[in-house]
Amino acid sequence: MKRNQLIKRLLQIVIVLFGISFLTFGLMYMAPGDPVQAMYAASGSIPSEEIMDQTREALGLNEPFLVQYVNWLTDCLHGDFGTSYSYSRPVTELMLARLWPTLQLALSSLVIMMVVAVPLGILSAVHRGGVIDYIVRGYTFLGVSIPNFWVGLMLLYVFAVRLEILPVVSTGQGFNKMILPAITLAFAMAAKYTRQVRTAFLEELNQDYVTGARCRGIKESVILWRHVLPNSILPLITMLGLSLGSLLGGTAVVEVIFSYPGLGNLAVDAITSMDYSLIQGYVLWIALIYMVLNLLVDISYNRLDPRIKAEGGKAKS
Amino acid sequence: MKKVTSFIKKNPAFTVFFILTLGVIAVAVFAPFIATHDPYEAVLTDAVQPPSSEHWFGTDRMGRDLFSRVIYGARASLSASLSLVCIIVVAGTFLGIIAGYFGGILDAVIMRISDMMISFPGMVLAIAVAGILGANVTNAVIAISIVSWTKYARLARSLVLKIRNRDYIAAARVTGSKNGHILWKYMLPNALPTILITGATDIGSMMLEIAGLSFLGFGAQPPIAEWGLMLNEGRAYMTAAPWLMIFPGLAIFITVVVFNLLGDSLRDVLDPRDE
Repeated sequence: MKRNQLIKRLLQIVIVLFGISFLTFGLMYMAPGDPVQAMYAASGSIPSEEIMDQTREALGLNEPFLVQYVNWLTDCLHGDFGTSYSYSRPVTELMLARLWPTLQLALSSLVIMMVVAVPLGILSAVHRGGVIDYIVRGYTFLGVSIPNFWVGLMLLYVFAVRLEILPVVSTGQGFNKMILPAITLAFAMAAKYTRQVRTAFLEELNQDYVTGARCRGIKESVILWRHVLPNSILPLITMLGLSLGSLLGGTAVVEVIFSYPGLGNLAVDAITSMDYSLIQGYVLWIALIYMVLNLLVDISYNRLDPRIKAEGGKAKS
Repeated sequence: MKKVTSFIKKNPAFTVFFILTLGVIAVAVFAPFIATHDPYEAVLTDAVQPPSSEHWFGTDRMGRDLFSRVIYGARASLSASLSLVCIIVVAGTFLGIIAGYFGGILDAVIMRISDMMISFPGMVLAIAVAGILGANVTNAVIAISIVSWTKYARLARSLVLKIRNRDYIAAARVTGSKNGHILWKYMLPNALPTILITGATDIGSMMLEIAGLSFLGFGAQPPIAEWGLMLNEGRAYMTAAPWLMIFPGLAIFITVVVFNLLGDSLRDVLDPRDE
């Protein structure tokens, strides 16, 4: 990636983050419900109107909107995302504590997904129109039509409640707790990726060099593994990066089902208890991580694909 | 009539899926006639009954008939997801066409906002918006609309950019057509087929998103019969009453499959270039 292109992208990230911070802050500001009241309710006391007003004053909630926004943004830029009142701990600390479990979950579901999707996609492409192809395509269709929280519930019911071989609640230690949530996440994703692998593979199989290689009598397996696979797998790497980004923000439903102690669960908790600083911190963090990942994907794509470097173009996203 | 029969002969798959879709819609419309019980009538003495000849899908913890609730749930799901798709298709297409046609600052502003939405996992923002605005179906629809219109804006914009500089557009302008006329008579019809196909294929996934928000508690609120919410309520009774989560889930699954099949076959009908 060229230098000025990189700077342009970084600038874009800053602008988008700025916009998102304004949007979330604006929404919080307009939101019905009183955070001060919620705060006292959480601590179990019902204070007088006077005390509540004092608290509002102390928290700066009586200032005009823009002043509040600028104050908050300045704090954020100094790395201070405020304190979550429902946990009584700094937002940054909470986020960091939950980031790792979610990252673990996201990565393991990506691994499971690849293990399923790549062979299935290749099989389906090589046996195009055959029985295997139909079965695989049936799965890809089902995979995108089943609600993933239902898959999670059914897995939970079969493996945890009926067979009792896996834990019902994923709060404990160890690898066991990740199996069901990771499979649930991988199920729908694998369906999407299998389609992609199949399409990419079919496209590659139609290229002239494949026909050329066949004419020269090169073994079919060599063609597939040495030539077609590396060429068709490259676009998938881009998608993987993007998927990792959306997984970090998109695991909430699955985390709730399995009571998994990750970011998604934290966000749902924060919203239910109207913990404004936590919600804002969460949204900004996810946005930042997601965009940095996107940037890294684009950079690596440029490195990996010499054709793009020559054209100086931007990777498809 | 002859036209209809020849259309059916040419597109058998589409016809079948179209009839299935009508069937699903009919279930929602005629829910009061299909349901065997009142879906909101709680008979606590009948709570958590397994499926039987009296209660085909069993009863929930309030003793409400699950079959009737699943049937009524079609109303909530279909109305929410269809209106959601309508909103994002109309809003996205409108903004995209304007951005593409007029260009300049308008284009820059609309596209930067859409960049903002795209460079962000949609579900996170949807959850945040739904949670902040307050949990109900309308707000869930608004929340998902806010993050989903961008796809249509981009699509419409690219379609408009393709024909914007064609000669016949210039000719229309030279002969005195107003911008509004050009937008309505030239740009919109050009973009519409692709937009409609995309919209039809999106209904299923939008249904899943709404059900997901309801499942998290940020969508439909009790006592509404909505599939995602019913799954959420049934979750606590997983061990004792698995039917509470099997049937609503099946209902979502079947409906989404029907709409996805319809979307795919509609693409084959309208866009024969695609394999």
